[in-house]
Amino acid sequence: MEQFIRDLIGNDLLATIVWCVLPLVFILGYAIVAILAEMKSASWFQDRLGPMRTGPWGIFQPFADILKLLMKEDIVPARADKILFNLAPFIVFVGAYAAFAVLPFASDYVGADLNLGLFYLIAVSSFGVLGIIMGGWASNNKYSLLGAMRSAAQIVSYEVPSATALLIVAMMVGSLNLQDIITAQSGGFWNWFILGGPKSDVVLASGAMLHADIGNFVFLPLLLATFVIYYLSALAETNRTPFDIPEGESELVGGYHTEYSGMKFGMFFMAEYANMFLVSAVAAVVFFGGWQSPWGITLGEALDIPVLTLLEGVFWTAAKGFFFVFVMMWLRWTLPRLRVDQLMYMCWKVLIPVSFALALVVGFIVVIR
Amino acid sequence: MELTDIIFYIFALVTVGSAMIVVFSRNLVYSAFSLMFTFLGIAGLYVLLLADFLAVTQLMIYVGGILVLMIFGVMLTHRVVNVEISSGAMRVIPATIVVGVFLGTLLLVLTRTNWMVMEKSPDIIGTTSMIGTALVTDYLLPFEVGGVVLLVAIVAAAFMARKR
Repeated sequence: MEQFIRDLIGNDLLATIVWCVLPLVFILGYAIVAILAEMKSASWFQDRLGPMRTGPWGIFQPFADILKLLMKEDIVPARADKILFNLAPFIVFVGAYAAFAVLPFASDYVGADLNLGLFYLIAVSSFGVLGIIMGGWASNNKYSLLGAMRSAAQIVSYEVPSATALLIVAMMVGSLNLQDIITAQSGGFWNWFILGGPKSDVVLASGAMLHADIGNFVFLPLLLATFVIYYLSALAETNRTPFDIPEGESELVGGYHTEYSGMKFGMFFMAEYANMFLVSAVAAVVFFGGWQSPWGITLGEALDIPVLTLLEGVFWTAAKGFFFVFVMMWLRWTLPRLRVDQLMYMCWKVLIPVSFALALVVGFIVVIR
Repeated sequence: MELTDIIFYIFALVTVGSAMIVVFSRNLVYSAFSLMFTFLGIAGLYVLLLADFLAVTQLMIYVGGILVLMIFGVMLTHRVVNVEISSGAMRVIPATIVVGVFLGTLLLVLTRTNWMVMEKSPDIIGTTSMIGTALVTDYLLPFEVGGVVLLVAIVAAAFMARKR
């Protein structure tokens, strides 16, 4: 894939820039679909029609909204800290976008095939926290600051169970490389980690051999619980309902981005949508086989057409990612918002002890087998 | 000049430049936030030294943990609604002496050390498993002692926080 782009463009530097911008193109396209999906699904869950006037069936509503954001006046509050106020939206988006560098979209389309992919992914998410605090503080508004504080406390707390849950799978594969984790689940949906991981020996992307047998079914309940822990923590890390306390409208106006308008608000918005897809895609990669098809074989490989294999990989990554993004929207209109103390109780007294216990049990079984 | 050289100088510039803002800025919050770029630059330098695990750990621990904690500290110990949080200069003479001695020691170490330069970079692909193996074999005791010390610190912090 990388070689293909180099051949197509002919200039190494330009090709590298194109290679770096490809996920951004994906995010922009995805954001337009996701905005419409959010509005439409919200309406249907509430037995409404949703946007119907902008184009047939309202499908041009996201374009109208983005155009509105671009045209809006950019207001900086007089008493705000100008430098940090302007910098914060970009830091938040960089934090979200940096993680896309290691996300494998297909077997030969991953920005950087790092051996530390999973660890890097957990680490760069901390930039988002700093950007949120920066924006909240620089706005010089007590609601913004309170929202930023809540958000930071929430993200820092929920990083622990989500990282532990991902570590459990990394322990079973013996690698932090995301391509290794995906290839460990090859051969069909019964080999996915949500169903206990591989049931026979597999060769990983790095060439190492992972020994496994039918006895891996003992991991099924453990990994199901792990997935639930990861997904709940992911919801909290992206500030989505029922964990959207940082922007609780009834208490805080709008949270850390209360004072932002125009495209700077748009950047926060894009970062939130990018993060939603990111955590969903990570769930898909780690627990649901990533770019692998549910039945283990691809049409492209069967017919020996590499381009088709690539497209199928991107399709499955996007499909699985979109499914979990949809579940997030579904939960948003189903569950009420938690209180701050309930949120912290959930993290420190439920998710963290359970995830540590799971890590111990899975690690013990992996070692003795 | 090769690409790695250019990248090295970019990271070095980011590290030193932001470190200077950390030191010279009158605004504590600016100092705290530019520390983020210092840590980022250092992580980049680690990557160029083939210490990939150390680089990501640097981001994880310092940017994600310690820096967030420091910023919380800065914001919660001052009047949070006031943007003008500043740090002034005080005790200039003792500080100059301490910094001078420290700088002298560093320069001495820098010039006296016999730096070993490798002819070519070693082919190491990933240091994670090497670090992991070393931690549970040769360095097991320091590793466990470090863990116990951290546990004691957590228990002590929880105890102090609960004290009415």
